Amino acid sequence: MAPVDKSKVPWWVSNLIVPLVNLTLALLVSGLFIFIAGENPYEAVRLIIYGSFGYIEGFAYTLYYTTNFVFTGLAFAVAFHCRLFNIGGEGQAYIGGLGVFLVAINFSFLPVPIVWLLSIAGAVVFGAAWAFIPAYLQATRGSHVVITTIMFNFIAASLMVFLLVDVIRDTAQMGPHTVALPKEQWFPSFKDFAGLFGIKIRYSPLNISFLLAITASVFVWFLVWKTRWGYEMRAVGHNTQAAIYAGISPYKNIIIAMCISGGLAGLLGVNEILGVHHKIVAGFPAGYGFTGIAVALMGRNHPIGIFPAAFLFGILYQGGSEVTFDMPNITRYMFVAVQGVIILFSGALENLFRPQIESFFVNRLNIKASA
Amino acid sequence: MVSPILELTNINKSFGHVHANKNINLTINKGTIHGIIGENGAGKSTLMSIVFGLYQANSGTIKVNGKEINLRSPKDSIINGIGMVHQHFMLVENFTVLENIILGFEGELVFGKNLEKAKKDLKDLCDTYKLNIDLNSTISDLSVGFRQRVEILKSLYRGAEILILDEPTGVLTPQEVDELFKILRSLKEEGKTIVLITHKLIEIMDLTSEVSVMRQGEMVGHTKTENTNKEQLAEMMVGRSVLLRLDKSEVKAGEVLFSVNNLTVKDDLDVTRVKNVDLEIRSGEILGLAGVTGNGQTELLEALSGIRKVESGEIYLEGKKVSDSQNFLDPRELKDKGLAHVPEDRQRMGLVTDFKAYENLIFGYHDQQPFSKSLVLNHRDIISHSKKIMEEYDVRPQSPNLITSNFSGGNQQKIILSRELNENPKVLLVGQPTRGVDIGAIEFIHQRLIDMRDRGAAILLVSVELDEVLSLSDRIVVMFDGKIVGEKDNKNVTDRELGLLMAGVV
Repeated sequence: MAPVDKSKVPWWVSNLIVPLVNLTLALLVSGLFIFIAGENPYEAVRLIIYGSFGYIEGFAYTLYYTTNFVFTGLAFAVAFHCRLFNIGGEGQAYIGGLGVFLVAINFSFLPVPIVWLLSIAGAVVFGAAWAFIPAYLQATRGSHVVITTIMFNFIAASLMVFLLVDVIRDTAQMGPHTVALPKEQWFPSFKDFAGLFGIKIRYSPLNISFLLAITASVFVWFLVWKTRWGYEMRAVGHNTQAAIYAGISPYKNIIIAMCISGGLAGLLGVNEILGVHHKIVAGFPAGYGFTGIAVALMGRNHPIGIFPAAFLFGILYQGGSEVTFDMPNITRYMFVAVQGVIILFSGALENLFRPQIESFFVNRLNIKASA
Repeated sequence: MVSPILELTNINKSFGHVHANKNINLTINKGTIHGIIGENGAGKSTLMSIVFGLYQANSGTIKVNGKEINLRSPKDSIINGIGMVHQHFMLVENFTVLENIILGFEGELVFGKNLEKAKKDLKDLCDTYKLNIDLNSTISDLSVGFRQRVEILKSLYRGAEILILDEPTGVLTPQEVDELFKILRSLKEEGKTIVLITHKLIEIMDLTSEVSVMRQGEMVGHTKTENTNKEQLAEMMVGRSVLLRLDKSEVKAGEVLFSVNNLTVKDDLDVTRVKNVDLEIRSGEILGLAGVTGNGQTELLEALSGIRKVESGEIYLEGKKVSDSQNFLDPRELKDKGLAHVPEDRQRMGLVTDFKAYENLIFGYHDQQPFSKSLVLNHRDIISHSKKIMEEYDVRPQSPNLITSNFSGGNQQKIILSRELNENPKVLLVGQPTRGVDIGAIEFIHQRLIDMRDRGAAILLVSVELDEVLSLSDRIVVMFDGKIVGEKDNKNVTDRELGLLMAGVV
């Protein structure tokens, strides 16, 4: 088949139709899984949609998951523009959460909005610091960040367990978690907002961190495409030799990109600590750091793509838990498989149907133009 | 009796809005060396990619030996006896010659008798055409010239009767070019047909019996080589007469702006590539550095521009020491002091090809006013600046938002040159300014360099094109095996003298 002339393909075909076709195919294959597991796929889809959109608390859950995926997706994307594969988002988020808690508990004498800002800064600084060590090793010693960041996930997990058991555990309780932060420091939740308008809803973890996720997306867009740092990071990522020629230091940019990446991952701690748990609980990053990689890849490492991709994974998380609740044959792992299929179709097999779809539309438009 | 082996009729091919080939007709006779000449972007490579089945034409017919054929992939072309040697070789570096040749063709070849037969056939081919290749050597151990021979052998083994060579001499040293031409002549004597794509007029005059000229996607003329001359072909290529010799004013050399004292530089493998070099460049003069590729010019340029560390010796800019083995300025600091550098390899070093044109037009200057205010890039000023210098340097197409890899080689070079010259540097280091660039652009680039010199810049020109060094430089030094082996005034030097120096004979 002749390759399609790219300049003739309308933007909405390559950026909307193709992803939608891939997504549909992924859902069809997932439906097949569900069918084989002995449940009705149509019913499962209905449950997913109902679970994530059908009632206000469900939708709030969807947006809560979206918030986490936006943070970790953006984190991966920033490093990737410098061609660094930061798969340490999980550990950076964990340590970022430690930063949030330590700042909030130690500065509780300050006015609450200032504590919030300082805690956000604490999340960024701690997350960045955790990314700095692999970045430094990559920049000076050439130790590959893929290896070091994944090891740092384990180190972070062990360190946090140690701290939660032996150092900062709430001694009045048995579980591995800290004391709760003072109530006035908790982020206002969606439920609180609805209450202001006289709407009574049940609990959901959605809180104002969602606004922080939107801010972070705009920040990343601005950073990568509008600032000198972004420009230099992309130059190092695309062509290191040329960057050196232009006087751009790969060393400096590897460290900057990784630290910003780690800082963004750290923001997940803000959502989880200030917004949801109000204390550090063991294992709170719960795999968001890893799923963020898929979100970033699916969103083409651009905030405009990452946001909808994060939302899609939010739907799957929330709708999926609804399905596992109602359908005894479908386990939580089934939905991990569904996620896998989606990543497969929209990532690895992304170009499977692209030529056909594009040439179909180009031909149709040509016929229309000549008619 | 001449019979056509390949006939193209009314071939058309477009990429988007670019009509790369317009109604091309071409007849190539059996047993000839047929040259196709044209500027960069004239459509030569596109046309030959169609013949080799890499692209499909939008319309037109292709006949081989009088029979119309449909070429949908290189496989179809190979079946029809068409082989192609690309500008960039398609070889697996850590495989042996033999493994590369049977790759994709192996089938039952890999074992036993068949492999022995393949070896024997290949040996016979090597002997017939004097290719002189050891089948068991690993590709990564071979020089560029030998790798090219492996490509030729590969095509021959697959039964090529028509061999297309795309700019085959671009990467070769002068000696390797001679060897290649010998091989091509012996191929012709054995009845093979050769299509030579080039923009070097000398090669056409030397080698071909017929020549076709392309300009802006069209075939503008066919002629027998014996009935034409360089000037006429050049005129057909660009559509106007070009000056092959430059007019330039008498040199008015001033004070020494840039000097190098006893410089030694090592490469990445810790091999000493530049040995105790002394240089002095004055304001208002062009110092030409001639030499066969790989004699230390690359490492010298990199050290002078701050990319590579100096092993020993010193570099002075305007009388002040800027680098020695202990302290050295990085490329950006040197730029700030008025040193600009047009690197030898534009795609590897001079550009980020995935960037948009405007991003490359400020590359290395992106942190200066007015392009960046504190941390934020000032896009409005960058775009208007880009439009201005793209017009001034005639970069085509004039679209700052186009991705750089979509520009032709000549226009990519103009992007780099406009960027580096625009700042009016005091010292300019230029490596291979016109490699892979068409004649029209060469003239333009040369004129710009002369203008810079007349304005008082000190220019170091490193080039493997002897013609270029001779026509531009005021003084010429020759580098061989990392050492400066001779210095000549441009007025009283001959090609022969320089050639002997370059070969290390004197």
